[in-house]
Amino acid sequence: MELSVEHYLGVSAALFVIGVFGIFVNRKNIIVILMAIELILLSVNINLVAFSVFTGTIVGQVFAMLVLTVAAAEAAVGLAILVVYFRNRGQIEVENVNVLRG
Amino acid sequence: MSFQDLAALYIVLSPGIAAAIAGLGQRFLGNKGAMAITTVPLVVGAGLAGYLFFNQVFGHHEGPTHSHVIQILRWFDVGTFVADWAIRIDTLSVVMMFVVTGVSSLVHIYSVGYMEEDPHRARFFAYLSLFTFAMLMLVTSNNFIQLFFGWEGVGVASYLLIGFWYKKPSANDAAIKAFVVNRVGDFGFALGIMALVFVMQVPADFLGADGKPVAAYLAQIGVEQYSSIGFDTVFNTIAANAPVQPIGAAAATPIQQVTLDFLGQHVWALEVIGVLLFIGAMGKSAQFFLHTWLPDAMEGPTPVSALIHAATMVTAGVFLVCRCSYLYEHTVVAANVITVIGATTAFFAATVGLAQNDIKRVVAYSTCSQLGYMFFAAGLGAYQAAMFHLFTHAFFKALLFLSAGAVIQGMHHEQDMRNMGGLRKKMPLTWAMMFIGTLALTGVGIPAVEGLHYGFAGFYSKDAIIESAYASHDTYAQLAFWLSIGAAFLTSFYSWRLMFMTFEGKTRADHHTYDHAHDPPWVMAVPLLVLSIGAIAAGAVFYDAMVDHHQAEFWGSAIFTGAENHVLHDRHEVPTWVLLAPAGAWISGLLFAVIFYLLAPSVPRRMAAHGGPMHSFLSHKWYFDEIYHFVFVRGAALLGDLFWKVGDKRLIDGLGPDGVTSVTKASAGGISKLHTGYLFHYALIVLLAAVVFSAFVLLGQGR
Repeated sequence: MELSVEHYLGVSAALFVIGVFGIFVNRKNIIVILMAIELILLSVNINLVAFSVFTGTIVGQVFAMLVLTVAAAEAAVGLAILVVYFRNRGQIEVENVNVLRG
Repeated sequence: MSFQDLAALYIVLSPGIAAAIAGLGQRFLGNKGAMAITTVPLVVGAGLAGYLFFNQVFGHHEGPTHSHVIQILRWFDVGTFVADWAIRIDTLSVVMMFVVTGVSSLVHIYSVGYMEEDPHRARFFAYLSLFTFAMLMLVTSNNFIQLFFGWEGVGVASYLLIGFWYKKPSANDAAIKAFVVNRVGDFGFALGIMALVFVMQVPADFLGADGKPVAAYLAQIGVEQYSSIGFDTVFNTIAANAPVQPIGAAAATPIQQVTLDFLGQHVWALEVIGVLLFIGAMGKSAQFFLHTWLPDAMEGPTPVSALIHAATMVTAGVFLVCRCSYLYEHTVVAANVITVIGATTAFFAATVGLAQNDIKRVVAYSTCSQLGYMFFAAGLGAYQAAMFHLFTHAFFKALLFLSAGAVIQGMHHEQDMRNMGGLRKKMPLTWAMMFIGTLALTGVGIPAVEGLHYGFAGFYSKDAIIESAYASHDTYAQLAFWLSIGAAFLTSFYSWRLMFMTFEGKTRADHHTYDHAHDPPWVMAVPLLVLSIGAIAAGAVFYDAMVDHHQAEFWGSAIFTGAENHVLHDRHEVPTWVLLAPAGAWISGLLFAVIFYLLAPSVPRRMAAHGGPMHSFLSHKWYFDEIYHFVFVRGAALLGDLFWKVGDKRLIDGLGPDGVTSVTKASAGGISKLHTGYLFHYALIVLLAAVVFSAFVLLGQGR
C-alpha cells in the first residue's frame, strides 16, 4: 500500500482533535492542558512536513523547525507560569482556575 | 370721578397695597413698620367707609338708592363673555365695606397689643391686610368672577392665618381642614358660576352684524353691557324673564323657564344655580354639613377668629345669598333649602355650644348658629333682616371674640373654662365688655311695648328674623320659627354659662395664674370699647333704615323683593306672643344658667363627669367629625391605598420600571452563567466559532 498525503493528514487531524479534547474535556490539571497544546502544535507540524515532502519544497520543513522552537519556548513559558501559579495557589486543579469570573 | 368713587377705590385697594408692602418688605420695615403701614391706612379707610355708609343711611331721602360701578380694568374679553375688575357701589357693598373695614381696623389695633410677644408680627399683619383686601374685593365685585376671586382670596388668607402658628401641629391640621372643607363648598360655587355662564348666552337671533339688534335687546332688559355673568346682566335678565339661549340649545327660552340636564335629571336652571351657589355659601359660612372646619379654626390667633371667623369672612355666604336676591326670589326649592339648612344650623350649633369647654369654641358655635339665623332669614325672603343681623352680629360677635382673647391673654393662654372662674374682680373691664356682648347676642330688649321698644343690637335683628319666620306662612318657615326659638333659648343658656363659668364663682384657676390675671392694655381695650358701642346701639340706630319703614329706600336696587314677598311687612302683624317668645327664650335660658352655674355648679359637673348619651352626643358635636372621618377620610385613605398599592405599585410600576428591571436582571443573570471563568471554555467557543465560520466560508466557495 502506498502511503498518500491523506494518511498523514488523517494522523495529523486525529492528533489535533485529541489535543483539542485534551484541553476541553480535561478536568484534572494544567499540565495536561500544556501537553494537549503540544499535541496540537505537533499535528500542525506533521501537516507541514507531509505537505513539504509531497510537494517537494523545503519551506514546510523549515517552518516546522520554527514551530518546534516556538513550541519549546511556549512550553518553557507555560511551565514557568504554572510554577508561579502553584506557588500562589498551592494547587493546579483546573476546576479552580476561574479567577476570570467576575 | 367723584369724591365717593375715589374713597371707594382707596378703601378697596389700600389694604392690598399695604399687604404687599408689609409682606414682601418685612425685612426692611421690621415689625413696627409693618404694623404701621397696614394699620394706619386701614383706619383711614374705615373712616371713609363710615362716611359712605352714613351717607347711605341718612342721605336716602331723595328716593331709592341706585348702584353704580367704577371700572378699573378689563379682565376677560372673549366672545360675548366679558368680565371687569370693578367696584360696585350700592347699599349692600357699602354696608359690607363699612363692616369689613371697621372690624378689620379695630382688629388690627387690637392685634398690636395681642400679638405683642410674637416675633412674626409683620407676617401676621400682612396676612390680616391681605384678608381685608380679598374680602373687600369680594363685597365690591360687579360680577361672579371677581366675587370668586375674592372668595378664594379670603379662603387663602383664612388658611394662612389659622395656620399662623405653624409650629403647632393642631393649627396646621385645622388650617388644612378649613381649606379642604371650603373646597367642597367652592366646588359647588364654581359649578354654579359655570352653570350661569352656560345659561346666560345672548340668543342667536339678536346677534346682528352691526350690533344694533343686540343693543336694542340689552336696552330692553336694562343692561348696559352684555357680560354673561355681570351682576346687572344676570339679575336684570332674571327680573325681566328675558330670553336666553343656553350653549347648545336650539332656541331661546325665557330664563325662568330654562331647564338643564343635571345629574341625569331634567331641572329648572335657576333652581340648580341657586342650590349650587348656596353650597358655596354653606362652605364659607360653615353651615350644617360643612360646618366642621369653623370650631377647629379657633386654633388661629384670637384676633383672626374675631375678624375672619365671626365678623366678616363667614358672613360672605350670607352676603352672596342677599346679593343674589334677584335669583332666589325666583326659585322655590333653592330658597327652601336655604331656610331648612339655615334653621337646622342655628339649632344644631346652639346645642353643641352647650357642651363645649373651650371658651373660643363656645363663641365659634355661637357664630355658626347666628349664621344659621341669617341664612334662614334670607331663605324666607327677608334679605334685609339677614343683612341687618349680619351687620349687628359683626359688632357683638367681634366684641365677644376679642373679649375672649383678652381673657385668654390675661390668663396666660388658658382657654379651658373649667380652669377659670371668679375673674370678674380681676378683669372688670373685660367682664363689662363680655357682658355687653352677651346681652347683645342673647337679644336682650323690651318687646311689644309701644314707645319703650328698646334693646341691644341682637334684640332688633334677631327678633326681626324670628318674626319674619312666623309671618311667612310656609311649612319650612314654621319649622324655622320653632327651631329659632329653641336656638334662642340655647343661645342664652350657653352664653350665660360662658359668662358664669369664666367670671363668677370661686376660681378654679391655679393660684399663680389667677393672681396675675389682668385687664388688657389700652391698645386692646379701645377696640373693645368701640365695638361695645356698636353692640349696644347698632340695632336701635339702624333698625328703621335697614328693616323697618325706610328699608325700601335704603336698600334700593341692591336687594330685590318679589311682588308676592311681603315678609318684612307682615312681620308687623304677628300676634303679641310671637314678639314675647324670644324674650321668654332668653329669660328662661338665663334662669337655667343661673341655676346650673351659679346656684348649683356641682350639678352640671356631675352630669359631665357621669357622661350619659346626651352629653357625649353634644360634646362630640353630634359625632360629625367621627362620621366624616369614617366616611370621607378613611374612605379616601382606602381608595388611595387601592390606587397606590394595586394601581401604582403593582400595575404601573410592576409592568413599567420594576418589570423592565426585573426582566433585565433575570436575563442578565442567565447570561452571566456563560461566563464560567474557565479559559478553555472561552477557547472552545473561539474554536467552534472558527470552525463554523470557516465551514461557512468554505461551503460558500465550494458552491
